[in-house]
Amino acid sequence: MAKELLKGNVAIAEAAVRAGLQAYFGYPITPQTELLEHMSARMPELGRTFLQAESEVAAINMVYGAASTGVRVMTSSSGPGISLMQEGLSYIAGSEVPAVIVDIMRGGPGLGNIQPAQSDYNQITKSAGHGDFRPIVLAPGTVQEAIDHTVLAFDLADKYRTLVFVAGDGMIGQIMEPAELPPMRQPAQTRPAWALTGADNRPKNVVSSLYLGAEKLEALNKRLQAKLQQIKENEVRFEAINTADADIVIVAFGTAGRIAKTAVTEARRQGLRVGLFRPVTLFPFPSSQLEKLAARTKAMLVVEMNAGQMVDDVKLAVNGKTPVQFYGRTGGAVALPDEILDQIILLDKRYPAKKATPNGQGVVISVA
Amino acid sequence: MQTELVFSGFGGQGVLFGGMVLAYAGMDNGKNVTWIPSYGPEMRGGTAHVTVVISDEEIGSPLTRRPQVAVVFNIPSMTKYEDTVTPGGLLIYNSSLINHSPKRADIRYLAVPANDIAGKLGNARMANMVVLGALIAATGLLPLEAVCQALRNHLPAAKQKFVQSNIVALQRGADLVKNLQAA
Repeated sequence: MAKELLKGNVAIAEAAVRAGLQAYFGYPITPQTELLEHMSARMPELGRTFLQAESEVAAINMVYGAASTGVRVMTSSSGPGISLMQEGLSYIAGSEVPAVIVDIMRGGPGLGNIQPAQSDYNQITKSAGHGDFRPIVLAPGTVQEAIDHTVLAFDLADKYRTLVFVAGDGMIGQIMEPAELPPMRQPAQTRPAWALTGADNRPKNVVSSLYLGAEKLEALNKRLQAKLQQIKENEVRFEAINTADADIVIVAFGTAGRIAKTAVTEARRQGLRVGLFRPVTLFPFPSSQLEKLAARTKAMLVVEMNAGQMVDDVKLAVNGKTPVQFYGRTGGAVALPDEILDQIILLDKRYPAKKATPNGQGVVISVA
Repeated sequence: MQTELVFSGFGGQGVLFGGMVLAYAGMDNGKNVTWIPSYGPEMRGGTAHVTVVISDEEIGSPLTRRPQVAVVFNIPSMTKYEDTVTPGGLLIYNSSLINHSPKRADIRYLAVPANDIAGKLGNARMANMVVLGALIAATGLLPLEAVCQALRNHLPAAKQKFVQSNIVALQRGADLVKNLQAA
């Protein structure tokens, strides 16, 4: 299929349709509204369900209901709406039904504004609702990746019976760039064995997050944790650019990651050995890959469109093996490549280069 | 090679659309392109701007602080972008609405009486195409025919009836530059 000039929000919506989405429930909020708008035209055209709910609270509970019947279902929103959805997200997680949530992040806190931000990182990756659960979180940096991640999100949601977030921001929602949509996949003709499909001639299925006995609820929690372990082992995704010989590695995701690419290119042009490590899954976080890199870099620079959230995960991952510096812009402001380059140059001067020890077993700090 | 351009003007002047036609033409000619608008509580008469990047390489940042080309359609946009153009760059302005004495010696200026030319063609709303034609002729960014073809390729069926008049507007803008260069 040829590349088309696609707006991020529209691309995500059409990718979901082509991944066999059977029902969409949502409520409009900038900067993701074009996603819902596209759904409102496409889903009825294909005889599938589009419903604009009366609120985000209603929308997420409709998602929960539809997911319980084993169909592919999604919703999309931005920070204020995701906050309203948290109760339902937790119920979905506790009930182990698959669902895809798209969060096109905007500046916060509160109503904030509608400019791009990454300030819901902690909310999505660590506290998408009460109780112990973690959604899989995919962070696209381009429209093509937004398409690919949307399709992947449905496959992962089904595979693990889990919540999967596609975490974009206002920039990825509003940008247009050439991208290729996947071929149309028809919705599945069969439903999974656990789904609520009417219990004619079979024992009844129960979808619930209510386990009144401690033993039973602990058993659920153990199952969820075992699943997370499997996800951590199998689903880590990242992009590493020019990291092999890098003295300084920038760590950035999504839009900040793609902007940092330009800073890396310019730094290399100036003779600085700089690389980019871009987590593609924010959960599971590529911790061990970062830890390996830390051993041979003299410093890491975390760049985010927030006041410093992923940086905590980077510090945990590198565990003191290399200094970690943070640079962020907040409130819908976006760090441009020249700002990032300034930080790189400062870091380069501040930290002496690491040298491999003669036996190659570790690193020492060279004293110039 | 990579070129970063900003288009800015009143909402309703076709600023975003002008940038989009350029992005389509770039894409159809095998370039990487990004188009990122200012978005938000904006309306006809408010300000609108879009950043377009056209590149032979993968595009990292779709935003720039120092565009090589700024295309401004009204006075607030001139005020905002004149200082940002990278040295050696080009500022194209709609001289039908902007009476301006250039204040920088390190960039090129191109005055295009876009509303007047479009008005003579019968539709002031084609000012954006006049400016785009001038931009193409002044920068050689893409062949003019590529932009004409982008209109044919990507205007929805209901708008195809405007293709020919828009191509004429593009041509007038390009002719203006050619005449200036010949003079």
